[in-house]
Amino acid sequence: MDPKPNDALIDELIKRRLDEILPQKIEQVLAERREKTPGSLTIIATKGTLDWAYPPFILGSTAAALGWNVSMFFTFYGLQLLRKDLSFLKVSPLGNPGMPMKMPFGPEWFRHVNWNIPNAVQSIVPGFESLASTLMKQTIHNKGVATIPELREMAIEAGVKLIGCQMTVDLFGFSRDDFIPEVKEYVGAATFLPMARDADVSLFI
Amino acid sequence: MADAVLDAKGMNCPLPILKTKKALQTMQPGGLLEVLATDPGSVADFESFCRQTGNQLVSSIKEGDVFKFVLKRK
Repeated sequence: MDPKPNDALIDELIKRRLDEILPQKIEQVLAERREKTPGSLTIIATKGTLDWAYPPFILGSTAAALGWNVSMFFTFYGLQLLRKDLSFLKVSPLGNPGMPMKMPFGPEWFRHVNWNIPNAVQSIVPGFESLASTLMKQTIHNKGVATIPELREMAIEAGVKLIGCQMTVDLFGFSRDDFIPEVKEYVGAATFLPMARDADVSLFI
Repeated sequence: MADAVLDAKGMNCPLPILKTKKALQTMQPGGLLEVLATDPGSVADFESFCRQTGNQLVSSIKEGDVFKFVLKRK
């Protein structure tokens, strides 16, 4: 008996069978693995104003509440969000046409008025940014939204890893003492990029 | 009846979910947590939260202006 034709036939059968069952099996294993592994999120936070402080902390803490693995990299002005005292956080309406400017006090009809104050006026009036920031904080409080210190605290409690950009610390002459002790480490982009690569979701804010 | 009640009325996203996660951590597996909220977005949020974390959403009803959720800790 010549063994070769039988081998070829077996090979052919195996190949055909694998083609049939492999795609389904692979999908099944991937789906099972996806269900068992928690999601992962990395966020690069680059802004240091009151309004832009919200997206990274809300997304980070919510993902952590959902059981995800979360790491947040604070670089450039984002590093300001790691300061011990966050009362300095301000928001500027100047050149910010997307910002609704409504008064957080007074009767209902008054609160619905959108005050469109021209840039020229905003830049002349001293203390305009402080005023806008105070009004924004009042609005946030009225609507039951958390303050940034609260959100940051809850993010830390939920296990979010806060990572500082060492280059930014050097660049602006900061000291690690300026920042909260819960910061896990101070690294560079070369360290953070691989983390972002492994995450399911990676955001630049 | 619920083992614990969390009043999240007046709180907006993401506070109801964050506080719920914290409250569940202190409970025994199988314990029931009732959460009261006024944030309309919380309906979808709690469904998603339970799906992602494996805790069971026993009930989700609206009484007047208040949303009531009962969660069972896994």
